[in-house]
Amino acid sequence: MEDQPKFPDLTDAERKVLEDLMPDEVSEIITSGIKRRHFLKLITFTGTGLLAVHLLGTEQLLARSTAATPLPPIGVENGVNVTLKVNSQTQKLLVDSRMTLLDMLRERMDLTGSKKGCDHGQCGACTVLVDDRRVLSCLTLAATCENKEVTTIEGLADGNDLHPMQASFIKHDGFQCGYCTPGQICSAVALMREAKNGEASYVTNNVRQTGKNLKLSNEEIRERMSGNICRCGAYPNIVDAIREVHGDKAVAEVWQFADGTI
Amino acid sequence: MRPFKYSNAGDPGTAIGIVSANTGAKFLAGGTNLLDLMKEDVMRPAELVDITRLKYADIEQVPGGGVSIGATATNAFTANHDIIRKNYPLLSMAILAGASAQIRNMATNGGNLNQRTRCSYFYDVNMPCNKREQGSGCGALKGINRNHAIFGWSEKCVAVYPSDMAVALAALDAVVHVEGPQHAKRTIAFVDFHRLPGGQPEKDNNLKQGEFITSIELPENDFAERSYYLKIRERSSYAFALISVAAALVVDGTRIKQARIALGGVAHKPWRASVAEKWLTGKEATEANFKMAAEAELKNARPLEHNKFKVPMAGKAIARALQGAMQGGIYGLENDTEG
Repeated sequence: MEDQPKFPDLTDAERKVLEDLMPDEVSEIITSGIKRRHFLKLITFTGTGLLAVHLLGTEQLLARSTAATPLPPIGVENGVNVTLKVNSQTQKLLVDSRMTLLDMLRERMDLTGSKKGCDHGQCGACTVLVDDRRVLSCLTLAATCENKEVTTIEGLADGNDLHPMQASFIKHDGFQCGYCTPGQICSAVALMREAKNGEASYVTNNVRQTGKNLKLSNEEIRERMSGNICRCGAYPNIVDAIREVHGDKAVAEVWQFADGTI
Repeated sequence: MRPFKYSNAGDPGTAIGIVSANTGAKFLAGGTNLLDLMKEDVMRPAELVDITRLKYADIEQVPGGGVSIGATATNAFTANHDIIRKNYPLLSMAILAGASAQIRNMATNGGNLNQRTRCSYFYDVNMPCNKREQGSGCGALKGINRNHAIFGWSEKCVAVYPSDMAVALAALDAVVHVEGPQHAKRTIAFVDFHRLPGGQPEKDNNLKQGEFITSIELPENDFAERSYYLKIRERSSYAFALISVAAALVVDGTRIKQARIALGGVAHKPWRASVAEKWLTGKEATEANFKMAAEAELKNARPLEHNKFKVPMAGKAIARALQGAMQGGIYGLENDTEG
C-alpha cells in the first residue's frame, strides 16, 4: 500500500497512454505531477496533431497534481490605499492610481450594476452617488474617494423592497435595453434631493427666486436629466417615472399587456 | 492611461512645491476634463496632486462689497449658493448652462477656468495641433472649422474656449486670486487670465507652473436685476456652445447706463464685446439699438471657411440676450421677441 501513488485518480486507460509513451517517467509523473520537460518530451513523441490533442488532454488531467504554490502578490506601480464606504460597507483596497471608481466598483467589488458606456463622461451610464451627490464614476479616480460614501444601483433597494424610483421605472417601462437604467435611476434619485433642496437648472424660470421643495415641470426634469443618454429613446417613460416619484399623484402608464391588463 | 504618481495634498505649500518642482506634475481637482484628456493620451502628466481637500471651498461676502468664490467649490454648489443666485444670477445661469448635473457636481471653479478646448484636432492625437504639440501645425485652420473662432485667432490656432462660467466671469469683471511657490500671491484681472493664441497656443492662460487659483472675486455691481445668459447649441442641453452671450445692463428708466456683454464660442478666450458695450452706453434700451450694437461688434469678426454662420448667429444672440436682461433674466422670455 505504501507504493500506492499519491494521486491515484488515473484510469487504467490513461495510465496506459503514459506508460506506452514514457515508460521511464510515468511513476514520477504520477507522484509529483507533469513537469515542463515531461510535457515537451510527450510532444516530441507525438507525430500527429490528433495525438497531441489527446495528450494535451492528458496533460490537463495531470496538471492538478502539481502542488499549488500561491502567486506572490503583484506589485502595484503607483498603488494608492483607499478606504471608503460602498453601499454602507467599509472597503479597504490598494488600487492603481489610474483606476477609476467605475472600474473599482465593477472589477474589484463585483458591483457591475454601474455601466461603462462611453467611459468619457458623455453618456451618464456610470452615474453613482458620492456623498449623496450624483457623479460620473468613469471620470472619478478611485484614489480620490478616500473616506467618501458611494451608493450604486445595488445599494438603493432596502432588502427586497425596491427604491420607489426603481419601482416607478418598472411601472412606467422607463427603459428598453436597460443599459443606461442604473445610471438613469441613480441620477433621478439625486435629482429628487436637488429639487427638495431648491437647486436651480438652466431652464429655471428665475434663478434669483430661491426656495425649497421645487415642483418640477417636464421641461425641468428633461433638462436636469440631460446628462443621462438613452439610446433606445425611452425618455418619455423616464420622465413619467420620475414625475410619479416627484409628484404627489400617480401617473398613468402609457403601456399595457396585449390582453389589456397592466 | 499612462502611469502617474498620485498624492493628496494636505496643505497648499506641499501641493505647490510638488507641481512647481516638476513640469510633468499637475494639480487635480474635479478631473472631469483632465481625466478624459489623459484617457485620450492628449495630456500625459507624470504626477497628479489632488487639491480638492484644501480649504478653498467657501463662498463669502468680502468686506467692501463683492463676493469671494473658492476655487475648490464645485460648480453646482456655486451656481446654487444664495449669494450668487441673488446678487450674481448671470453666473448661476452660465454655470447651469454648462455640462450636466453630474459634471457640475464634480467640476470645481478653479478647474473650470483651467479646462482645455474641445477642438477635435486637439483631442485627436493623430492630427496636427499646435496646442497639443508645438510646431505640428493647426489642423482646423484649413480643416473642419465649423465650431471654431471668429475673433482673435492666429494662424497657429483657431480653437475656442469651452467654458460657460468663464463668459459670465468676463462680463462681471471678476478677479482671479492665485498662489504660487514661496506663498507668492497675486491677482489677475479676468480679461487677462485667458490668452489669445498668438504664437503660443499651448498656453491657454497666464498661470505659471506651480501656481493655482485659490479664489475668484466678483466686485459688487448693479446688474442682478438685468442680466441674462443665452446659450445656443446643437441640442437643447448638454452640449458646448456654438455661441453664448452673457449680457448685463444697468438702466435709468429706458436709458442704458452701463452694458456688459461677453461672448462664448467665438474666441480662444471669453470675448468681451467692448465695442458693443461702448456703443450702447447712454442709448435707449431698444431692440433696434441692441441689433446695431451687435453689428458694430461683429464688424471685426473674421470667420473661417465653415463658421461664417456664427457671425449673424452671434448678432442675433447678442440682441436676444440683451432683451433677456431687460426682461429681468427670466428664462425663455426673450424667445418671444423677434430676434
